[in-house]
Amino acid sequence: MRTRMKLRICRNTPYVQHFLVTALLLTFLILSGSQNANAIPAFARKYGLRCSACHESWPMLNYFGQKFKDNGYQLMNDRDAPIWQNPGYWPVTFRMTPIWHRVSTGKVAEDTYAAGTITGATQTRVSTSGFDLSGLDFHTAGTLEKNISFYLLPSSDPTGTFHFETVMARLDNLGGSPWLNLKLGKFELDNLLSEKRILTLTGNGGIYQTYHFIPVGDGNIFGQMGDNQLGMEYFGHSADDRTRVSAALISSSDGNVNLITGANSYTGFFTASQAFDTGRLGVQRLGFYAMVGDAATYYPTSGGVPIPGSGIGNKGFSREGFVGQFYFGQHFDLQVVTQHGSDNAWFGQGYGDPIATDGNGTATCTAAPCPPNNVPGTTLPVGARAPTWNGATFEAHYVYSPQLIFIGRYELERMSQQANGPGSLTPSASNLGNITTYTIGYRYNPFMTSRAGFAWHNEYNWMHQDGVAPDGSNLNTSELLLGFDFDF
Amino acid sequence: MRTRLRMWTLLTVAAAALALPMLSLAQLTQHDLQSRIGMESHVGNITGHAKAAEADYRRYCVGCHGQLGDGNGENAPYMQPPMYQQPRDFQLGVFKCRSTPTGTLPTDEDLFDAITRGFDRSNMPQWNTLSKQERADLVAWVKHFSPRWANEKPGTPIQVPPEPEVTADRIKAGRDVFARVQCWKCHGVLGQANGPSAATLTDDLGRPIAPFNFTEGSRPKCGDTDRDIYRIFMTGLDGTPMPSYADNIKPEEAWDLVFYLRTLMSQHSKEKEMAKKLDLKPVDPNAPAGQQ
Repeated sequence: MRTRMKLRICRNTPYVQHFLVTALLLTFLILSGSQNANAIPAFARKYGLRCSACHESWPMLNYFGQKFKDNGYQLMNDRDAPIWQNPGYWPVTFRMTPIWHRVSTGKVAEDTYAAGTITGATQTRVSTSGFDLSGLDFHTAGTLEKNISFYLLPSSDPTGTFHFETVMARLDNLGGSPWLNLKLGKFELDNLLSEKRILTLTGNGGIYQTYHFIPVGDGNIFGQMGDNQLGMEYFGHSADDRTRVSAALISSSDGNVNLITGANSYTGFFTASQAFDTGRLGVQRLGFYAMVGDAATYYPTSGGVPIPGSGIGNKGFSREGFVGQFYFGQHFDLQVVTQHGSDNAWFGQGYGDPIATDGNGTATCTAAPCPPNNVPGTTLPVGARAPTWNGATFEAHYVYSPQLIFIGRYELERMSQQANGPGSLTPSASNLGNITTYTIGYRYNPFMTSRAGFAWHNEYNWMHQDGVAPDGSNLNTSELLLGFDFDF
Repeated sequence: MRTRLRMWTLLTVAAAALALPMLSLAQLTQHDLQSRIGMESHVGNITGHAKAAEADYRRYCVGCHGQLGDGNGENAPYMQPPMYQQPRDFQLGVFKCRSTPTGTLPTDEDLFDAITRGFDRSNMPQWNTLSKQERADLVAWVKHFSPRWANEKPGTPIQVPPEPEVTADRIKAGRDVFARVQCWKCHGVLGQANGPSAATLTDDLGRPIAPFNFTEGSRPKCGDTDRDIYRIFMTGLDGTPMPSYADNIKPEEAWDLVFYLRTLMSQHSKEKEMAKKLDLKPVDPNAPAGQQ
């Protein structure tokens, strides 16, 4: 009876019939074809693990991914050496992000005209929007042999100008101990909250302000712990990675190559952290870091132009703080980084930065106006003091699933002592340069395999800076960004 | 027109005939799993709950072990013997590393240890970064894949007597055991995994499998302490050609064998030093019984 009815329906409504057939065939095809996605790529291709095994949400590492990295990109399963890989295996991943964004800067100096001649300046809001690109990253990393690993990252800006963001080789598990690992080259400092694996992409929200804060007028560009640095690092950890320590000796060059900065200026970066198993809440981690270094303030000149790599007159600086990674079950976590920073008074007066202000990029200054130079006989102005500040970063994640993560970040940087104190000729306001910023966003990965990463990214950042607008008032900037973030 | 209609009808029926059984199969399997979602594990004073591990399984495990725990994840096709081993099929409820007699289910602690320790020479890493609670939850999740856990109790762990002091005589006695129970047939006389049977070995699913090579420096899959090695050949590795020798080797002989196996391993050990001093020769497969 049911068949007869169906036939009658078919006879009367051939479109329904077609629809039914198509639907059934599709059902069959979907059911029979939904078993395997058959995916494989760089690390994931090597080990057959999905992105989500190592990444809280790509590219941010989870605890397991951190351990994998700490082991020198090895699972420690005795199949880490490339000799075990298919000879055609090539550990390369590229990443790029086509975006649409809208940037709005509250106060920008704008010339005023009268009869076609500049007569003065006013301030205006500049808002712009459109389609754009991120830079391009070529990540290639892995093992050269068991317990010898490398990382090479040529990276370009959106115009295609390349530089080496990371170049390093590691000797891992020396003497069979996870407590003895050495790294040499240009690398990211051992920041648990990694800026190189940040989940946000906007101009101001795509970095951690706490890692880059420089007081207004300060010439010390070398204390930016978010930048990859040139040097060597000792690193050790327990077998389960619960305990981690590291000590790095780096050139005070902020990662710039060709020895363009101080003749003999170095910085130390030290970290230690301990994780605790707290049952259903997860594994919590507490740690600290300290960056202590000195950098040149005087560059001997030739024809009035600083001689590259000649910097002397070293002065000190420091950054130190606590790091916390707190998990509240499987879905919610909070990452905290605090910082107390201090620069020598000479830096506070703008000495130290050898990089040109005349727009010639990353070489030492070759034409006026160059940064202040601490030539013999220079004295600090009256009332000059060592600038100090405190900062904190709070970043929370709600991980709905490995494929969908919501991000919220709040950062604040507060000056506690300005370089130009009350006794100086031009005292600074106590809040000059203070930063408050928040970022919210989400990343949705429509698929999760071991072959590639793809995220629909949506983010909003708002940043407030005290006293840095052209007229000395406060400056607000905001950015909305949407994009396809992918790697393969 | 009528012919065309008939053809469409036939197509419809054929498609339905093919699709519906598959649909019902998939639903049945999911239904089975759902019926065991309340599975628990007990590791020390921690109680694991299968349901709580769903997110972690999806994040960490599903790529190899598959959505249904059948070892058919998206990466399984690329893990081919002899270089790699295929992911475990949890639906079978058969596990290599156990403290329980051969043929029985492992204890929750056995599974917990396996997740924590990982498996050398495979793509199964050490998951000791997860909290103990998460690992206990995953144990319960692994158990919920197989109906065996609903119908059977785990075996009673075998007793491992205290480890005796290693002596030259014990090492020599271990060599005799190695010859008598014919370990060399698979593992080779020097422990290099090149015995006469090595090339022919397959697991219970008919897939090629290599015996353990004692000389290449790898850790034994089920742990590298002396007690772990003792346990391996007294429980056997279920699902593989490695049988249990619980009925063939007395406990003190088992310790002798452990000491002898240490002499074959590349890692430094006092047994290796003693064997060197003794100038201990490998077993001779052709020697009469008891005359090594």
